[in-house]
Amino acid sequence: MNTITNFEIYAPKLVEKREFFSAGHRACQGCAEALALRLILKALGEDIIVANATGCMEIISSAYPHTAWEVPYIHVAFENAAAVASGVEAGLKALRRKGRIPDRYVKVVAVAGDGGTADIGLQALSGAMERGHDMIFFCLDNEAYMNTGIQRSSATPFMAATTTSPAGKAIKGQRTGKKNVAEIMVAHGIPYVATASPSYPLDLMQKVKKARAIQGPSYIHVLSVCPTGWRAASHEAVKLGRLAVETGFFPLYEVENGKYRLTVELPAKRRPIGDYLKLQGRFRHLDPADVEKVQALVDKEFRKLMHKVETSVPWS
Amino acid sequence: MGKRTGMEVAIAAAEAVALCRIDVAAVYPITPQSHMAEHLADIIHDGRIDAEFITVESEHSSISACAGASATGARVYTATSSQGLMLMHEILPIVSAMRLPVVMGNANRAVSGPLNIWNDHTDIMPQRDNGWIVMHAENGQEVIDMTIQSFKIAEHPDVMLPVVLNIDGFQLTHMIEPLEFPTQEEVDRFLPPRVPFATLHPDRPISMGCFNMPDIFMETMKAKDQALINSKKTIVKIWNEWGKMFGRSYKPIETYKARGAETLILTMGSMGETASVAVDEMKAKGRSVGLVKMRLWRPFPLDELRAAIKGCKTLIVMDRAVSFGGAGGPLGTEIKSLLYHDDPRPRIVNMIMGLGGRDVQVEDFIAMVDRAERKEDDGYEYYGVRE
Ligand SMILES: Cc1ncc(C[n+]2csc(CCOP(=O)(O)OP(=O)(O)O)c2C)c(N)n1
Ligand code: SF4
Ligand SMILES: [Mg+2]
Repeated sequence: MNTITNFEIYAPKLVEKREFFSAGHRACQGCAEALALRLILKALGEDIIVANATGCMEIISSAYPHTAWEVPYIHVAFENAAAVASGVEAGLKALRRKGRIPDRYVKVVAVAGDGGTADIGLQALSGAMERGHDMIFFCLDNEAYMNTGIQRSSATPFMAATTTSPAGKAIKGQRTGKKNVAEIMVAHGIPYVATASPSYPLDLMQKVKKARAIQGPSYIHVLSVCPTGWRAASHEAVKLGRLAVETGFFPLYEVENGKYRLTVELPAKRRPIGDYLKLQGRFRHLDPADVEKVQALVDKEFRKLMHKVETSVPWS
Repeated sequence: MGKRTGMEVAIAAAEAVALCRIDVAAVYPITPQSHMAEHLADIIHDGRIDAEFITVESEHSSISACAGASATGARVYTATSSQGLMLMHEILPIVSAMRLPVVMGNANRAVSGPLNIWNDHTDIMPQRDNGWIVMHAENGQEVIDMTIQSFKIAEHPDVMLPVVLNIDGFQLTHMIEPLEFPTQEEVDRFLPPRVPFATLHPDRPISMGCFNMPDIFMETMKAKDQALINSKKTIVKIWNEWGKMFGRSYKPIETYKARGAETLILTMGSMGETASVAVDEMKAKGRSVGLVKMRLWRPFPLDELRAAIKGCKTLIVMDRAVSFGGAGGPLGTEIKSLLYHDDPRPRIVNMIMGLGGRDVQVEDFIAMVDRAERKEDDGYEYYGVRE
């Protein structure tokens, strides 16, 4: 585990003091999506425009006439954050070229949940990335449709119980593994793809800054613990995020021009997945044999990733 | 004023959009709109105008991208038809609620089930209650003129609403007509660059699209309704301005030999031209028949309609759409309900015709008038259907 010594001395230099996602919003206690947003916006700084999909972050931040957003913000619908952001980017480009807005670079950012990214939003996301719009797309992945009551998404992990993949007598929770959207984004040939977690704030913010500096499309997939939906203790949200990484369930890596790199190294002997699962009520129904199955899946996915880390070379 | 050129109407629509110096277009192709999309791409790729052309992956994204671009203050355009318009459906009321000016050309085509690419109004009618300004063009010249007018209407500070201009698929989009284009200088004078009310920009951060709790939602809806109703004043003003500048006048309701006629035919879109020939033929035989044409469908021009039909005994409303299991076509049922309290009011006969490209010719209009005069019940009727 990376620990930072003398944090109090360095932190003010490393982290923007101003808040762009202000306090007073309506997120649950321990919500790591809200924490991720706060850190992401600190790393992005001024001169950005956010296009947000319907979902928890939209609902907790923008009940008219209130807003938590200190930066320009637009919400249109659930599945179209990438398309709205495409339009914003195109509009800015044209207006700047024609001298109708100040001649200054403004970064366009799309923010969606795992549903707004991996499921209903995948088409718009693919289109935006393929067209090469200059934007960062953030997936705040809490592994289900939380806003509407913890229904499963294609990013819900294997065997997790949700309200539409309940732990039943015949079927024990989610039947499939997590869709790997980061991989799909790499296949789009975009210059920068990363996974991140607010439990690793400096790693997260560094990746955001890297993506911000790129003129073109980039994608950051942020695993965001949702204590409410995961049936976990809210004071353990940050710890759960770290366990997700330490068990190899959610490795932190980046893909720059096709070259994979782990940004948080893991020891050869990773922590067992059981350490992560046992803190979450959504996995309560798993027996030891089930935990073995999950472990096998985690190991397989991790091996696949490490193969890419070891063998990939940059496209250019 | 430019000279007359023979041109396909879909191509002319794209040329008119170019004259408006749009900033962003997001268009997904669909028959019979495709020539509009393709020609607009040609214009932008040849550098004839300085605009971003977003080659979206669907109509859901084209309208979403238009919303995003319009929110930056850009002048934006999209075009679609039928299935594409249906796919946009979810986003249309959001665009109007956010008061984002977007101009859309809709090449009217039947909605699938079964698939059919030909003309009727079953695509635009389900979009009736989305808070957009909805207008119909009758011929190629109107397509050019109304496209240009649409931007001015949509962006006007007293309006700030999206506009959809309906252009009958094939019947109008694929016609080659002698057309007159205003010059670039004239359009620039008529339509200066957009001056947006509020935009997405870091210099003045605002939040757009915040959700409404029950304690404010109804106020928002009423305000939207009011905005659409109020827009009529500005629409008429802008049409008058156009008339003064270019000598072609536009009114919410157009009439043709309607004054004093006992029977009036009411049409929307391109079939007005055919109907006018039928009126001439019937008039020549001494029949008291005239024509009323709806140019503006939303906001509904009720006062203008009342004035146009004053004194007529029978009003035959031609619908190119059906409200299945309902009271008839959308035009017919709406006009009936709007005139319910009027005294006197005409007898209203609602004909459903011309669905999915079924040809409606001069003799068909005459036959429908014959039928309406003989008809005894008040129900709607399909014209020309084989039993
Ligand atoms: C077209 C459409 N379908 C369904 C919904 C209902 N809906 C709103 S948010 C949401 C789930 C959001 O899930 P996710 O994207 O994972 O975000 P989260 O709330 O978990 O942060 C759903 C299903 C909707 N708003 N629009
Ligand atoms: S349900 Fe989960 S994601 Fe939504 S606000 Fe609560 S903790 Fe955050
Ligand atoms: Mg989610």
